[in-house]
Amino acid sequence: MAKRKAKASRVRSESSSKAAKNSTQVMTYDDGEDELLEGDDDDAVISASEEDEGGSDDERKHRKLLEAISALGGKKRRKLAERSEASVQVSEFAVSAEGAGEKISLSDLLGAMDQTPSAVKSTKKQLQNLESCKDTLELPLSRQETEKIQRKVAFEKTSKDVSQWESIVKQNQRAEQLVFPLNQEPSGPKPVEHVVVGWKPRTPLEMEVFSLLHKNMQPINDPLLTPMEEASLKAMSLEEAKIRRAELQKIRALQSYYEAKAKRERKIKSKKYHKVLKKGKRKELLKEFEEMRNKDPAAALEELKKMELARMEERMSLKHQNSGKWAKSKAIMAKYDDEARKAMQQQLEMNKELTQKLALPPESEEEQEPEETEVVPDFANDAQAAADPANPWMMGKLSAEPAEKDCGGDDKESAVENTQNEEEREPEGDEEEENEEDVLLREFDEKRKSRRPDDDALAPPFQVDKEETEGEKKEEPVCVSSEDEHEGEVVSEFKSLFQKLLANGHESTVNKGTGQDAKESDAEEPALLDEGLSRVRSLEDVDELLGQGLVREHAEDVAEVKEKIPTTAEETKNERTDKRKKKKILDLNDVLTRDAKVISVPLAPTAIGEEEVAERGGFFRSFVGLRGDEGNGEGDQRMLVQEAFAGDDVVADFLKDKKKRVEAGKPKVVDLTLPGWGEWGGVGLKPSRYKRRRFRIKVAPPPPRKDRNLPNVIISDARESSVAMHQVSQLPFSFEKPEQFECSIRTPTGHTWNTQRTVQKLTAPKVVTQLGSIIEPITRDSLDKSKAQTRGKKAPDIVLASAGAEGQGPRKGRRKAGKNDARNLHNSRRRAIKRTK
Amino acid sequence: MKVKVLCRNPDDYVRETTRDIQRVPRNYDPTLHPFEVPREYTRAMNATKLERVFAKPFVAALDGHRDAVNCMAKHPTSLSTLLSGSCDGEVKVWNLPTKKCVRTLQAHEGFVRGMCARFCGTSFFTVGDDKTIKQWKMEAPGYGEEEEPLNMILGKTVYTGIDHHQKEGVFATCGQQVDIWDEQRSSPIRSFTWGVDSVSCVRFNPVETELLASCASDRSIILYDMREATPLQKVIMNMRSNTLCWNPMEAYIFTCANEDYHLYTYDMRQLSMPIVMHSDHVSAVLDVDYSPTGKEFVSASFDKTIRIFPEKKSHSRSVYHTKRMQHVICVKWSLDNKYIMTGSDEMNIRLWKANASEKLGLLTTREKQAQNYSQKLKQKFQHHPQIRRITRHRHLPREIYSQRKELHVMKEARRRKPEVQLMCSERSGTALSPSKKKLSNVPSLLVSFFLKCKVLLAHHRS
Repeated sequence: MAKRKAKASRVRSESSSKAAKNSTQVMTYDDGEDELLEGDDDDAVISASEEDEGGSDDERKHRKLLEAISALGGKKRRKLAERSEASVQVSEFAVSAEGAGEKISLSDLLGAMDQTPSAVKSTKKQLQNLESCKDTLELPLSRQETEKIQRKVAFEKTSKDVSQWESIVKQNQRAEQLVFPLNQEPSGPKPVEHVVVGWKPRTPLEMEVFSLLHKNMQPINDPLLTPMEEASLKAMSLEEAKIRRAELQKIRALQSYYEAKAKRERKIKSKKYHKVLKKGKRKELLKEFEEMRNKDPAAALEELKKMELARMEERMSLKHQNSGKWAKSKAIMAKYDDEARKAMQQQLEMNKELTQKLALPPESEEEQEPEETEVVPDFANDAQAAADPANPWMMGKLSAEPAEKDCGGDDKESAVENTQNEEEREPEGDEEEENEEDVLLREFDEKRKSRRPDDDALAPPFQVDKEETEGEKKEEPVCVSSEDEHEGEVVSEFKSLFQKLLANGHESTVNKGTGQDAKESDAEEPALLDEGLSRVRSLEDVDELLGQGLVREHAEDVAEVKEKIPTTAEETKNERTDKRKKKKILDLNDVLTRDAKVISVPLAPTAIGEEEVAERGGFFRSFVGLRGDEGNGEGDQRMLVQEAFAGDDVVADFLKDKKKRVEAGKPKVVDLTLPGWGEWGGVGLKPSRYKRRRFRIKVAPPPPRKDRNLPNVIISDARESSVAMHQVSQLPFSFEKPEQFECSIRTPTGHTWNTQRTVQKLTAPKVVTQLGSIIEPITRDSLDKSKAQTRGKKAPDIVLASAGAEGQGPRKGRRKAGKNDARNLHNSRRRAIKRTK
Repeated sequence: MKVKVLCRNPDDYVRETTRDIQRVPRNYDPTLHPFEVPREYTRAMNATKLERVFAKPFVAALDGHRDAVNCMAKHPTSLSTLLSGSCDGEVKVWNLPTKKCVRTLQAHEGFVRGMCARFCGTSFFTVGDDKTIKQWKMEAPGYGEEEEPLNMILGKTVYTGIDHHQKEGVFATCGQQVDIWDEQRSSPIRSFTWGVDSVSCVRFNPVETELLASCASDRSIILYDMREATPLQKVIMNMRSNTLCWNPMEAYIFTCANEDYHLYTYDMRQLSMPIVMHSDHVSAVLDVDYSPTGKEFVSASFDKTIRIFPEKKSHSRSVYHTKRMQHVICVKWSLDNKYIMTGSDEMNIRLWKANASEKLGLLTTREKQAQNYSQKLKQKFQHHPQIRRITRHRHLPREIYSQRKELHVMKEARRRKPEVQLMCSERSGTALSPSKKKLSNVPSLLVSFFLKCKVLLAHHRS
């Protein structure tokens, strides 16, 4: 302390020359203590005597003078206050002392200390130091200021205290559900450990049981293993461990090897390579399968069963049905992006492959491949669905299609011509599988695709070709196609799928099985469309369809097309073509409206469309199911419907309506020519052509209609005020994108769409209170609890760390360390339990 | 052809006992239940309409006081008991289910200024204009016994408010200073002053039980800690706060009811700025009380209405009023979160449902489920204009309605004024700084003075 002061003063001395003497003094302090002390004493004595001689003498005189003067005035000018009464509050101004006004020096007070030799030297030194230092102490702060500081400190402390609650408050705010009163005891059975805690054995039997348990060191609560058991569980002999380690090592090595290999292969970009690879694999598989079939049919059967199982699984799941989020996004892109379309197709293909029905026991060797039997992709059923026998309106639609078929026929012919030229161009090198017909088919398809943008009405009936060209094998069973649910797929997808099927060297599916939706003017479809369910005849047709015999009778025009009836293998190509032609003729007769253009263009239907079609598909299914044994009730109902709507031509009306709307939506040319301006005008005079051209304003064509590809839908973009009233016009707060908001609205919460459990979860209220129970303010317990929880989380870490430290000491081998760990864990758990208790 | 047969296992549809609910097999195939959104929308619309139809919040009126009800206190352990003190010094104990007054006692001469129940519910304290603090037993005196206070402390000055500690035998009074009393002693164990002449309300924090807050007549709110020698912090507002209330679930949040028609929610660690300004009243707000869940609070106002505000929303979710209810002086939210009690100028205590359209009494499970579902639907479609319009519609008395409109106009004008000034000024090039202080404590003094004058005028006229 003294040194520091000395140093400080030294610094001061350097800056100012006045205090030079002082500083030298201090410096000497540092050098030798004893001598200097003495010297100092002398100094002090001297100074005291000096004061006595000079200053105090004058003072006294002066005071006397003052007193004399004041006595002249009659009364004392100022009376010194006296401390007469003890009180808590003493004014600082009222305190007085004898000899006020005199300067009191430190030496006055401490004079006695010099006399006592025993006085502590260090204290003396300190005092001297103080004396030598001339600075006065600072005034204590005023009361206001001190209070201010006190308040500030206190406030900071409290706000810090209060901030502890922040976590809990936030937690409660974030909570999905708050149940008040808080801190309720959870109802329901408690774990035994909690119940048993306070319980002690009393009866002799109980005591005996407990003593037994204790003897065996049987734990009563939580980890229900004895230490022995635990140890035995943990233990593993050295050999075992070694073997296991070797195994693991080997596996790891293998794995890394395979990984590397796979990586290398994955990096190969050549599509051809992959294609070949895949093909090779498939062949291998097939070969294996064949061998197996020859060697042990049981295993082959097993394999078959496996495939069947896979198929079932696929049919159950929505995995490759382009219904997922990814697929939907792709579907949007598919219009513009070839790759997206391709990706979707691949998905569908996968689905198709997996859902293929396995072949019934094959007749010939070639047919053994499981892929042989083909399934018509689901959406091929659309048309059928449309041709719902119970709904006469739906039949009408089909009548519109014959026209397409015709042009489709034309297409086909031209395509046939083309194929010959283009045969050589086939890039694929799969000679084995593909026969000429297939190539042809594919080319047709491609052409059709390329042509599509030009004319909307497309319907090259390449199915006909298939039928004609390909050697027939078994047709798929009716039920398969009928079972397949309709999916609103883009027809092109279907086509490509179909093409693939063909390319793979499978028999062509006769798409008779598939129904034709009006939308699907597909190659396969026209034939089906030809069923000739014209609206005019539909009622009778339905009758006939329902009656089996009738169906047979009308086989040429209706039934066989009406799909599902398998064309038998025995039928010759010629017969088929004949039929086809017949069909065509009939259909031509059926043509009702020339709205074919509107109808025919295939595209993915809207969601609602899908639903409808699905329903129709359901109808159709039921129809097919019933076809074998005719249900009378069905027939009655149909009759009823027919009678009820005898006069209605709903489909035609709809088409007309739609046409009207389309027309109305087209922009009109504005003619602003004014006759007579700049030229002669009058009756019978027309404005000049130049003028007309000049003042006619052509409006840019509107964007294509959204329903242009949806035959049975009218989409209107116009804002409807009655609906607008119920619509949200602005994006509500807290949503960032319209999609988010839509998403929040879209998911249904009701029990109509969700299981009870889900509904309960979805509709759980945010705050739950109990009827008639008092809700107390939150208490410190909950705070402590949350703290304890966080602490509890940390505890095991510490234990583990310490265990690790133990293990690190002398190397005892893994096993022992492991045991230690286990024991520590065990102990820690016990501790934790105790804490919770 | 394969014939498929429909067969059913009775286990799937037969109940085990007659007490089980019937099993209803359902097919959740979405194609079978189309138009989810429109259907749910319709349901939501119906639920909303029904909610408004059934919104009848008034439950009962308890009359018996012979002067305006000045203060009330909740019984801490009994939901069916309510204490009320009136301006003639009478204290009444009410049984809410029977709507009867159980006990009446003449506690003070002059106003009963404040009252509070002890945390255990065995006794309660009252302070009055006669400068006394009295402690009373909660039970009525037996036959032949005289109605006498357990304890009485005679002070030097008038006490204007009292509140009891949440867990200990300590209570606080306010008047010229804030005093902390031990129940066993006749002199305060601590007194706080901070240059204020009178303090109108003091409240213990129910969570951090050692903290207090008070409203003083120098327009300030002061925080205290019982353990400290000095007050902690003070915030001075543009107008006086009448009362304040701590949030029972969030230790550092409190809301004060201000004379300038607004309520302000503060974080006690950050007094420089309120978190939220709750505005909807058209006259001075006289009392405020939090719901025991801490999610909402109710405010009583001089404009003869009470309003319920969600905790951190600046506007109320509903407003209650009746023709006969005059200036509401005190309000309490019952401890089961179901009811609201108001005491008003015209000597009545009214009981309201906290949730206007809620069905009272026990609900069956299905009712509860239906309620939850409709709540969820309402919440889901709350942004749809029709639904929003219906949910938000409330009836207001004409005076309040017109006053609200007027206030709105004034507010708009105030908001526009600087813009206009800037537009008209020469240096219109300088950009107007966005008014960040939207939450500023209060409108300027001048404006508030103007408001006050208006209110006074209105009272004078009526």
